[in-house]
Amino acid sequence: MLQFYLNQQLIRTQEPAGSTLLDFVRYHQHLTGTKIGCREGDCGACTVLVGELNPDGAAVRYQSMTSCLTPLGNAHGKHVVTVEGINAARGALTPVQQAIVAEGGSQCGFCTVGFVMSLTGHALSPNPSTPETALASIDGNICRCTGYKSLERATALLQQQLTQRPEAAPLPWLAEQGFVPAYFAHMPGQLTALRDLALGTNGTAGPTAAQGAPNACPPARAQLLGGGTDLLVQRPEQVRAAPVELVYDQPGLRGIRRTEGGSIVLGAATTAQQLLESEVMLEAVPALPRFLKLVSSTPIRQMGTVAGNFINASPIGDLTILFLALGAELELEAASGQRRVLPLSELYLDYKKLAKAADEQVREICFPAPRPTDIFTFEKVSKRTHLDIASVNTAAWLRVEDGLIREARLSAGGVGPVPLLLRRTSAWLAGRPLSAETVQQALPLAQQEISPISDVRGTEQYKRLLLRQLLMAHFGEIVNE
Amino acid sequence: MNHLDPARHVRGESQYLDDIPVQHGTLYAAVVESAVAHGQLLRLDVAAALEQPGVVHILTAQDIPGENQIGGIVPDEPLLAEGHVHFRGQPVALVLAESEHAAQAALRHVRVEVAPLPVLVDPRQAAAQGELIVPPRTFRLGDAEAAWAGCAHVFEGVAESGGQEHLYIETQGAYAFPTEMGGVRIISSTQGPTAVQRHTARVLGVGMHQVEVDVTRLGGGFGGKEDQATPWGALAALGAFVARRPVKLVLDRMADMRMTGKRHPYSSDFKIGLDENLTIVAYEATFFQNAGAAADLSPAVLERTLFHATNTYFIPNVTATAYSCRTNLPPNTAFRGFGVPQGMFVIESAIACAAERLGVAASEIQRRNLLREGDLFPYRQPTEGCHAEQAWDTAAALYDLPGLRREVEEFNAAHRLQKKGLAVMPICFGISFTKTAMNQARALVHIYTDGSVGVSTGAVEMGQGVNTKIAQVAARTLGISVGRIKVESTNTTRVANTSPSAASATADLNGKATELACRALRERLLRLAATELQLDYEGLHIEDEQVLAAGKPADTNWEKLVSAAYWQRISLSENAHYATPDLHFNPETNQGYPFAYHVYGTALTTVRVDCLRGTYEVEAVRIAHDFGQSLNPAVDRGQIEGGAVQGIGWMTLEELVYNEEGRLLSNSLNSYKIPDLYSAPKVLDVHFLDTPGHPRAVLRSKAVGEPPLMYGIGTYFALRDAIRAFRPDTPLPFSAPMTPEKVLLNLYPDAPSTLHAWTSPAQLNSVTTSVDC
Repeated sequence: MLQFYLNQQLIRTQEPAGSTLLDFVRYHQHLTGTKIGCREGDCGACTVLVGELNPDGAAVRYQSMTSCLTPLGNAHGKHVVTVEGINAARGALTPVQQAIVAEGGSQCGFCTVGFVMSLTGHALSPNPSTPETALASIDGNICRCTGYKSLERATALLQQQLTQRPEAAPLPWLAEQGFVPAYFAHMPGQLTALRDLALGTNGTAGPTAAQGAPNACPPARAQLLGGGTDLLVQRPEQVRAAPVELVYDQPGLRGIRRTEGGSIVLGAATTAQQLLESEVMLEAVPALPRFLKLVSSTPIRQMGTVAGNFINASPIGDLTILFLALGAELELEAASGQRRVLPLSELYLDYKKLAKAADEQVREICFPAPRPTDIFTFEKVSKRTHLDIASVNTAAWLRVEDGLIREARLSAGGVGPVPLLLRRTSAWLAGRPLSAETVQQALPLAQQEISPISDVRGTEQYKRLLLRQLLMAHFGEIVNE
Repeated sequence: MNHLDPARHVRGESQYLDDIPVQHGTLYAAVVESAVAHGQLLRLDVAAALEQPGVVHILTAQDIPGENQIGGIVPDEPLLAEGHVHFRGQPVALVLAESEHAAQAALRHVRVEVAPLPVLVDPRQAAAQGELIVPPRTFRLGDAEAAWAGCAHVFEGVAESGGQEHLYIETQGAYAFPTEMGGVRIISSTQGPTAVQRHTARVLGVGMHQVEVDVTRLGGGFGGKEDQATPWGALAALGAFVARRPVKLVLDRMADMRMTGKRHPYSSDFKIGLDENLTIVAYEATFFQNAGAAADLSPAVLERTLFHATNTYFIPNVTATAYSCRTNLPPNTAFRGFGVPQGMFVIESAIACAAERLGVAASEIQRRNLLREGDLFPYRQPTEGCHAEQAWDTAAALYDLPGLRREVEEFNAAHRLQKKGLAVMPICFGISFTKTAMNQARALVHIYTDGSVGVSTGAVEMGQGVNTKIAQVAARTLGISVGRIKVESTNTTRVANTSPSAASATADLNGKATELACRALRERLLRLAATELQLDYEGLHIEDEQVLAAGKPADTNWEKLVSAAYWQRISLSENAHYATPDLHFNPETNQGYPFAYHVYGTALTTVRVDCLRGTYEVEAVRIAHDFGQSLNPAVDRGQIEGGAVQGIGWMTLEELVYNEEGRLLSNSLNSYKIPDLYSAPKVLDVHFLDTPGHPRAVLRSKAVGEPPLMYGIGTYFALRDAIRAFRPDTPLPFSAPMTPEKVLLNLYPDAPSTLHAWTSPAQLNSVTTSVDC
C-alpha cells in the first residue's frame, strides 16, 4: 500500500509502484492540469512538485519532477503537488501565475502548467533565488510556441518579488503572498504523522525494498528502480507490470561523505542535484555546477541517480564519463549479501553489457578526491547545449607536478559501444611535460582507442573531429596559446 | 488587454482533447502502422490480436462503409492502407479495446505482411523517375533567359533546407461519439474542422450534416493539424460508427512523430545575375519539394514557394519552377510559413553566394534591391503600401547596423577561437489563402437577453490569440466591455463550410465576419433606440455600453436596449459572411491579384561561434516589423518572438534524420531538438513600425502568424558569416539546418575522414595547421 498526500488529499493506493505518477494523477485522480507531452522527461509539461519531509520533521523540501518518469512508489510518504494543489480560491492567481499572464508567457497553454510548477518549486526552494537560478528552474520546460522571452520576463518579475523572501522559514511569507495555499503549513505535521504511522505498523519509515510494490515479497530480486529517468523511458509497460524494488528513498543508499583516506563516498541513489548541494563535492570539484549545467535539466537532476546512470550503460552517460575520469569504484552487493568492489572502468563489457551479476546492486560509489592542484575538466557537445544527449562528451583528470603530468585519466563518451576510459592515451600522458606538443602527440593516440559510428547524434567523422577538439579544450590555454 | 485564455491556462483549467471527461463505454483506439516504407500489402492477419484481453474490434480498409479516401487536394491518400503501403508509419488497421493499455498491447499481435518495393527518399531522384504529385509549375516575369547575357555577374548554386517536425506539445487526437441519427460527433484537435467533417462523411458514406466536429482549442498546431489532423478524426469516427460506442484516439509522441508529415525539405538550384551596381537583373530557381507519399497540401505549399521566390526584392526577370516530388516519407504538410521559408532560403543563398564571390557584404545587395511602391511581384500583383525600405532603414538606424558590423569585426580581430557573425533578413509575406475561394468566413453572433454575447466563427484557437482578437472586434464594434463576450468552441453545426485556421488569415477573415455581424446588430439596436427615443439615427453610438446621441448620453444603455429589442421581437442574432474583396488568380497563367496585402519587416541577427567546439549562441535578433495598427500588441509581440525562435530552430538545431529505408531516426524529443530557454536569442527586440495597416486587415491590424518565422533565416546566414571569419576559404555549401556538426566540419574542412588519416603522423601535421589558422 502506497500512502502519500496529493495536494490536500491523503492517498492510499494499491496501484503498482512502477507505474507513473503522471498516469495516477491524470487518469486515477482526474487532475488534468498536468499534461502529457512526451513521456520521456524532455518537455516538462507534466512537471509536479514532490515534497519530502526533512529528517527533523520541521519542514518539507519540494523539488520539481517530471511526473511521466516518477515511479508512483517514489511518492510514498511524500507530498505531491499539482497545479490544482496551488490554485487559489475563486479563480485568483498566484504570483507565479500572475507574472506569466502579465508578460504574455502563455500562448497555446499546453506547456504552461509545467512552467507554473517549476517556478513555484523555485519559490519554495531553500536555495537562494538569483536571476540565474530562477531561469534554471524552468530549464526542463519546453514551449513550442517558443514564448521564452515572455517567460523570461515573467521569471524576472517573479525573481524581484522573491528577493523579499525571508531566508529562514519562508513558508508563512510564501503563503501570505499567495504562492501556495495556507494548507502547506500543515504538511510537515501531516507527513510526520504518515511517517509515524508507517513506523508503527511495520517499523520502517521509507518504502524500503519492495515495500512500495503491491507484491510485498517479490521472488528473487525484483527490478531495481531508482529515479525512473531511464527505465520509465525505455520500458514503462514492463516496469509497471512487474514487481519493483525501489531504491530512490532508501536511507542507506544516500549521503555523500569524505573518508579519512581522502576518498569521497556516495550512496548509489545520490542524485545529480545532491552532488550539486554537497559541500564535500563542491570542495573536491569546484567546477561541478558548470559541468552539471550541461547535464539534463533541473527536474531530471533531482530524479536520476548516479548509480542509475552507470547501470543504464549508455555510451554517452554524462555522469559515467565524469566518474570514469575521477577513477570511481563501485561497491556491489549480491542478493546473498556478498559484497565486492569493481572499478567503474571495468563495468562495461560491450554495448549495454555489464560485468555484474543480475542480482548485484550498486551500494556505494567511491573515488579519490582530486587535489586542488589537479586538473579536472568536463566537456560536452550536443546538438542543443542544454537538456540534450551528447554527441561526444569527455572528462580529464590530470595530476600535474613541476610541469609534468604525473598521472592522467581521460574518458570519452559517444565514441564507442561503451563509455570509455582512454587507457592508452592516459597512460602515455603520464610522465610527459604538460605542453602543447604533448597534447598534439596524444590526439592521434586517442583516435586509435575509439570506434565511433554514424548515428542520429553525428557522423563518425564529426565525432572523431569533435573528440579531438574537446580533448584540446581540456588543456585550455596550454594548447590554444 | 491580454489574451483571454491565459488565466485559465496558468491554472490548468483549459480543456484540451485528452482532458475531456471520458464517457462510459468508451473504447480506446491504437493504430497499426506499416513498418515498411514501400511495398505490396500481402496479408493482414488480425486473428491473434483479436484474442488479446480487452480487444473489441480491429478495423481494416474492408470495414470502411464509404470511400477509403482522405486526400484533400488530390485523392491519393487512403485512410487505411489497401493493396500497397507507401510510407513507414502509414495506418494499416485500427485496434479498438477497453483500455489504452489493452489497445497498445494488441498492436504487436497484428501481422502485417509486406513485399518490399524500392524506397525513394530523395526528391531529385523522384523527379528524375517522373514521380511527381502534380505537374511542375513555373512563375515568370520578364525574360531571365535573355537577361543573362547582359549581366555583369552571374552565379549559380544549390541550396538545401531540411524539414521540421511541428512538435505541438499536445499530440494529435480525436474523440468520436455515435449519434442517435446514425452519424458521429467528433471532438478533434484540428485546425480544419470542416476538413475532418468532409473526409469523415466521405469515409463513412454519410452526408456532411451527419458529422459534427467540435474544437475548443489546440495545444499547438503550427500547420501540423491543418490536414494531418484528419486521419485521426476519421479513424476515431470510423471506430465509433462501426462499434456504436465512443472511441478515443490519442497518438503517443513517438507514433505522432513517425506517422505524421512535417515541413517539406527542399533541394533547389539557383542562378542569379547582377549588373555592375549590384542590381539584381535576373533570377532563376528550380525547387524540388520532398512531398512524401501523398499530396496532402504539397501543391499549395509549392505554389506559395513560387509566390515568394523573390522574397522582398524587385527582380525584373524571374523564372521560378517547382516540382512536387513523390517519395516514401510520410506526406509532408503545412508548417508555419507554408513553403515561403524554403523559397526565401534559396534567394538569400543566391544573394549570399553573389556577395561572397564579389567580396561585398550581402546587405549591400539586399538593400539595393528592396521592393518599392508599385513594383511587380512575379505574379504581376503590384505592391501597394510597400514598407520594405522603411522596415530595413528603420532597423538599420534604430539598431545601428554599421555599429553592429564594426563591433563584429573588432571582436573577430581580437579573438582567435571565438567569431561573431551578422546577417540582415528582410521579409515580405503575402496574406490570403492563395486558393481564392478559401478567403471566406462566417460569424454567428448571439446577444442574450441579459446583454451577454456569444460569438461563433470558423477560427480555431491554438495559441495565436485569435479568440482574443475576435472578442476585441466584437466588443469594439458593439461598444461594450470585452467581459461580456464569450468566444464559443469552433463547431461545424454553428458555422459551416469553414476554411482551416491557416495562412495567417484567420483573424482577418473571421474577425471581419464578426465585425460585419456585430455592425448589423448594432445598427438594428440603434434603429430601435432612434425609434423609441425619437432620436436621429445618424448621430447614435454605443460607447462603454452607453448609448450616445450626438456624443451625449441618451436615455438608454446596452442592457436596456437589448432587453427592449427582445420585447419588440427584434432578432438579437446575426450570421454574417465575409469574402476578401478584389482577389483573383489564374493558375494557368500564374498571374493575378492573389493577396489582400503584404507584411514587411527586417531582422538583424548576431551570433557567436565557439570555433574550438563548433557550438554557437544567437546573441541578438533585432526586428522592425510591420504590424499595421496592432489590435493587441501583447499577442502580436508573442507571435513575432515565437515565430522568430521557431525559425531559428528550423535553421539550427532541428534536424530530421531519415535512413535510406525511410525510417525516421530523429523520432523522439531526445533525438529531435527544438529550441529551449537557453537557445532563444539573448536579446530579442521587436520594434513596431509606424505603418497604417491595410483596410483588408481586421481593424487595420495586419496578420502576424507566419511572417516572423522567416526572420530565423538570418541566423543561418549570420552563422555562415562567423564561420567564414574563422575560415574564409571553407567551401561551405548552402545547407540548412546549420547544426553544431556542420559548423565544426566547416570550420575544419581539412579534418580527415578516415581512421587511417586520423592516426597517421602526416595528417597530424595538417590537423595542427588547421587549428592555428
